[in-house]
Amino acid sequence: MPAPPEPAAPLAYREAVREAVREALKADPRVFLMGEDVGRYGGSYAVSKGLLEEFGPQRIRDTPLCESAFVGAGIGAALGGLRPIVEIMTVNFSLLALDQIVNNAATLSHMSGGQLSVPLVIRLATGAGRQLAAQHSHSLEGWYAHIPGLRIAVPSTLDDARFMLAAALASPDPVLLFEHLYLYNMEGELTAGLERVDLDHAAIRRPGGDLTLITYGWSLYKCLAAAETLSREGIEAEVLDLRTLRPLDDAAILASVRRTHRALIVDEGWRSGSLSAEVSARIMEQAFYDLDAPVARVCTMEVPVPYAKHLEEAALPSPERILAAARTLLSPGASG
Amino acid sequence: MNAPAERILTREHGLELLGQMLRIRCFEDRCYRLYGEGKIRGFLHLYNGEEAVAVGALKALRPCDAIVSTYREHGHALVRGISMEKVMAELFGKHTGCSRGRGGSMHLFDASKRFYGGNAIVAGGLPIAVGLALAQKLARPGELTACFFGDGAVAEGEFHESLNLASLWRLPVLFLCENNLYAMGTALERAQAQTDITVQARAYRIEAAAVDGMDVLAVEEAVGAAAERIRKDAGPALLEMRTYRFRAHSMFDPQLYRDKAEIEAWRKKGPIITLTTRLKTLGLMSEEDYQRLEREAQAQVEAAVRFAESSPWEPVSELERFVYAGAS
Ligand SMILES: Cc1ncc(C[n+]2csc(CCOP(=O)(O)OP(=O)(O)O)c2C)c(N)n1
Ligand SMILES: [Mg+2]
Repeated sequence: MPAPPEPAAPLAYREAVREAVREALKADPRVFLMGEDVGRYGGSYAVSKGLLEEFGPQRIRDTPLCESAFVGAGIGAALGGLRPIVEIMTVNFSLLALDQIVNNAATLSHMSGGQLSVPLVIRLATGAGRQLAAQHSHSLEGWYAHIPGLRIAVPSTLDDARFMLAAALASPDPVLLFEHLYLYNMEGELTAGLERVDLDHAAIRRPGGDLTLITYGWSLYKCLAAAETLSREGIEAEVLDLRTLRPLDDAAILASVRRTHRALIVDEGWRSGSLSAEVSARIMEQAFYDLDAPVARVCTMEVPVPYAKHLEEAALPSPERILAAARTLLSPGASG
Repeated sequence: MNAPAERILTREHGLELLGQMLRIRCFEDRCYRLYGEGKIRGFLHLYNGEEAVAVGALKALRPCDAIVSTYREHGHALVRGISMEKVMAELFGKHTGCSRGRGGSMHLFDASKRFYGGNAIVAGGLPIAVGLALAQKLARPGELTACFFGDGAVAEGEFHESLNLASLWRLPVLFLCENNLYAMGTALERAQAQTDITVQARAYRIEAAAVDGMDVLAVEEAVGAAAERIRKDAGPALLEMRTYRFRAHSMFDPQLYRDKAEIEAWRKKGPIITLTTRLKTLGLMSEEDYQRLEREAQAQVEAAVRFAESSPWEPVSELERFVYAGAS
């Protein structure tokens, strides 16, 4: 007789990712984790804590500080039949591996006429909000979403933190998983009975009929907070978590906008030449006549993210800015 | 430098090596003309003068070994066994090319030959070679990855990161530096504080030797010996192949940075002349033999051109295929 289910203990996001890595290592001997301080140190965000002891140094592989070489080695290992999970400490340092990611991982399948594929997963911490100043506060996932050949996904909930990795490893293509550094401490419970998630679809995190807040990552929680406030004012906002930035789930975006007729995009990336611009353009291209007001955006201000707390807060999307933009969007003067 | 290998050179072996070098030479000379005719476009980097490196090295390796190369890789691809037809068709941009026309001269691939591509980013292939070797060490001991790169790559961070990682993890990588003394127009001594590349490798505790890259037998012997050690889990090795490119860097290079006399001096010690002289001196080859090899190479090249000419273009409707392996 199966044991009665234990009462679910609260689980932190970092533990959910750790469980995902553990499960992947157990399920497939080709899987290994590689990156700076993933082993002895336990991971710079403690995601891989304890895994070295459990799986040994061949499969929990500490690398020197050489982002280009170990990301490239991940590509080579994937070509050679392994299933590497490469952890880049943060997206900021991935800039030292851009050559490997953009010139190799993204191109080899197409450029070889389909002979090669690169089943590589890269995990990176992203985002601002910890007063780490400009060089440690980038949100460049939208940049990477520009690149054909890459798949870009953002686990923003515990369920996605727990199960997106398996979906990424099952993909024959390179997948970058962006984990917002603010989420690692988030605690909650997994959805009972859930065993897998996909890597293709956006998800409605809160239904509503008056406007759509389109977002992902840490901004998801700012949007949910704003939606609560709006609800008390009698405005029901739908909150759409993009989950995957490349490919974008156009169908889900358009379906929601066609219901609510108003869209506000909230993105921790900058506004110019950005993911939010892309989402906005797609709505304009495909649902222009369904809109009751121009698409609006709340993004990070166009400055390197500053250190001082008040300045950083002013630079990043906040529930207040989201609320203000939402109210403007709903005001009678906003419609055409 | 290693002493030239006079030992056990048979007629059969000598003619095989010479034949391979002539195949490359004829192929490259024909490419030069085809570029002038507009049949080949994009960047084209010819390998004239460096044939002994590809032939000697690849003859000493095994089919199970992985190969990573650069944009100057026609010779490597041909000796590795990618058919000349497919290589020429690739240069023409045809559907029948070894990369379906998506790569061109700088991006020849053949997964079945474990040929992981010409890479057009200087030093970009080195980290990939490290990863391929990691997979081999973990799953298929006894195999190795050979990685070709130029002297220019030695200045890049990826070279140093890769050598360190390969040595730290004792990976079966054979680093093959094709030192032709120039990175485009920048002479080695204008780029490197330490021009002896083997010294740089030894700083990473990698076994390294300089080889006369104009002597195909010396290359073959050095690569064979290094490969044997690597297969026994001795860790990576680096061979600095001292060679020279006879033609311009690419088709857009007026060669303002070097003297004609310098090129002429190197031509006199070219790899084909060197081996031809040796084979004739040893009485292993006649002038008729040489003529026959050259005719055969030329006939192959002409057949490859006909194949490329008559091959179809990939339909534009297939443009977006293979961006993702999961949706091809
Ligand atoms: C990262 C990078 N920087 C610059 C270039 C432009 N470039 C192409 S070939 C080349 C010279 C490389 O010389 P070397 O490595 O010695 O190889 P060789 O051409 O002599 O075979 C340069 C600078 C490039 N392709 N990649
Ligand atoms: Mg050079």
